[in-house]
Amino acid sequence: MKKISSLVVGGLALVALGAQAGTLEDVKKRGVLSCGVSTGLAGFSQKDEKGNWSGLDVDVCRGVAAAVLGDASKVQYKPLTAKERFEALRSGEIDVLSRNTTWTHTRDTSLGLNFAGTIYYDGAGFMVRKAIGVKSATELDNANACIQAGTSTELAIADYFRENNMSYKAVTFDTSDQTRIGFESGRCDFLVSDQSQLYALRIGLNNPDGAVVLPEVISKEPLGPVVRQGDDEWFNIVKWVVNASIEGEFQGVTSANVDKLKKDGNPAQLRFLGTEGKLGENLGLSADWAYQVIKQVGNYAESFERNVGQDSPLKISRGLNAQWNKGGILYSPAMR
Amino acid sequence: MFKEKTTEEIQAASRIAGTSKGAVYNNPRYRAWFYQLAMMLGLLYFFYSIISNTLGNMEALGAKTGFSFLSAAAGYDVLMSLISFDATDTYARIFVVGFLNTVLVSVIGIFFATVFGFIFGVAHFSHNWLIRKVAITYVEIFRNIPLLLQVFFWYFAVLSALPGTRESLSLGEAFFLNVRGFYFPRLIGEGGSWVVYASIFVAIFGVFFLKHWAKKNQEKTGEQFPVFYTSLGILFGLPLFFALVTGFPFTIEYPVLKGFNYTGGITVIPELMALSLALSVYTGAFIAEAVRAGIQAVPHGQTEAARSLGLKENRVMSLIIVPQAMRVIVPLLNSEYQSLVKNSTLAAAIGYPDLFNVFVGTALNQTGQAIETIFMTVVVYFILNMIISFLMNRFNSSVALVTR
Repeated sequence: MKKISSLVVGGLALVALGAQAGTLEDVKKRGVLSCGVSTGLAGFSQKDEKGNWSGLDVDVCRGVAAAVLGDASKVQYKPLTAKERFEALRSGEIDVLSRNTTWTHTRDTSLGLNFAGTIYYDGAGFMVRKAIGVKSATELDNANACIQAGTSTELAIADYFRENNMSYKAVTFDTSDQTRIGFESGRCDFLVSDQSQLYALRIGLNNPDGAVVLPEVISKEPLGPVVRQGDDEWFNIVKWVVNASIEGEFQGVTSANVDKLKKDGNPAQLRFLGTEGKLGENLGLSADWAYQVIKQVGNYAESFERNVGQDSPLKISRGLNAQWNKGGILYSPAMR
Repeated sequence: MFKEKTTEEIQAASRIAGTSKGAVYNNPRYRAWFYQLAMMLGLLYFFYSIISNTLGNMEALGAKTGFSFLSAAAGYDVLMSLISFDATDTYARIFVVGFLNTVLVSVIGIFFATVFGFIFGVAHFSHNWLIRKVAITYVEIFRNIPLLLQVFFWYFAVLSALPGTRESLSLGEAFFLNVRGFYFPRLIGEGGSWVVYASIFVAIFGVFFLKHWAKKNQEKTGEQFPVFYTSLGILFGLPLFFALVTGFPFTIEYPVLKGFNYTGGITVIPELMALSLALSVYTGAFIAEAVRAGIQAVPHGQTEAARSLGLKENRVMSLIIVPQAMRVIVPLLNSEYQSLVKNSTLAAAIGYPDLFNVFVGTALNQTGQAIETIFMTVVVYFILNMIISFLMNRFNSSVALVTR
């Protein structure tokens, strides 16, 4: 099984290689970025019939590849279950983990990993069958929950039911696809997961209209890419690729107008796109790193709408994930 | 006159040399010691460097190490637990919960695998064409399909097709079967129920004594005593009698539909059913082959001799053939049982909360302490298999050929 092999590889690699500094050199030498993604989650990381990956998480991988290698397609995707993801990263099997992973205190401080920012502000919620007539999560006492094993949702739901003096049965599955099958077969009354995932899982149901997502959001789930601790150079690169995508939207730079703005944009845009200044050099990258990200992947708004927003089947509204000056909380530190 | 030394003389000479004045490094005994010691030190250094290197690397990454996580609250729930458990309990308790669930599914699996194995193994020699073919088909089908596929088959294809909670199949409002499991009533003992429990104990002992006495009696007088039916009578009659005498000191808790689920009574979750079914049917096929091999290893002359003594066909099997076949079967059973325990880790595929699933799966992921959790789990499976091996070896020596 994949899980076991990655554990073994992880263990051996921990013994043999240890913490690798110099991920940047490794990636450049290899000429391809190894990126850990989910086993398939609509809108975040999914593979089409032709084997091409797409999604909000995948765009982080593509952005890093564009910035480091100058080519967004030079990514090798490693599909991982929630349980095997951290071991795969720690062992060096992947360079970046971009797999709808919640930034928590424990994970950030005790796993030997660093979170390089937030690309989607999410929260755990519930999906139920319309037929059972439940309007609020407080009516779910004594119900069965389908959960993906090894997720922060597993902890959030335990807290929520304890807080409300209700009981539930946790039916845990390895992949989010299996939670959907469990939900459809009637093994559980509701499916609990991050809200974004609920919408994604809902369109995968045989009858999407037969299920509703309840209004309650029971936890904070900021999702973002993760890197190994102890390699600050690489940590900076991933962090600023995420920021570049957000800053690109803020400055109005899109994949369509980036070529034009690179020549005659305002000073901030010229600095951002590498025509002026030394932002790229400080990261150990070429001067046009941010240009490559925007040109090949698009800014945050483009990526969002294409994968989970209005241009996708998910039709999720921006909500918290809008720019800070447009009612959301996306805010890139100063690009100077 | 020249005389060649014998080997003994040469050895004796070198022994004297070694103990008195010969060079120490030329002494074969010291040499042997030296190489053993060097090998030992080398091995120790090998393991030491692996462990210290790993710990060093973990520290360099800033990852937490050690077993202190065991006393921290787990914070997540488990689907099924034989001891009370909720999210505020510790990782140590989750370890025990997982361990007990593994033992449970292993015991159930071993029991039914043995039953299936012996039934189909013996059925292979049936004179009835249909029974013989059914036995062969069973072995050939279930032995040749990967176990994981069988687990998925029972779980996703068979048990998921059961009706929902509200459309449960029911038997007399006491037994319910639906997609969420099998529910049946539970007996809760009240004051005075100990008399009934004690009588069950006495009945079991009584049956053993009866068997012993019947054997002695038959050896002495040649008369047969109907042990089987009398035992059944004792096992069920005695507790029933005391239950009636004490006025049935039990309350029956029936499963009742409350909201989304049946509560009360005892629930067998479908994950447990699917895994036990898959493990026992799969391993049963291998045991059936072991039983067939064991029976075929008994010379045909034994059967003919038994028949010529006038024994009935089923007595030939149970008195003459099977006891001799056991010598061949038992060592094979040992490894089948061990495989079954190890195969129970496939629980992770369908979410049965066995040790591997709740500890190497979820606990590892929540704490990130891969080395500690995997180490603890490895030790448990190792010990479980050592116990099986020990018991089966004891059993084996009791069925082995007694040589005089």
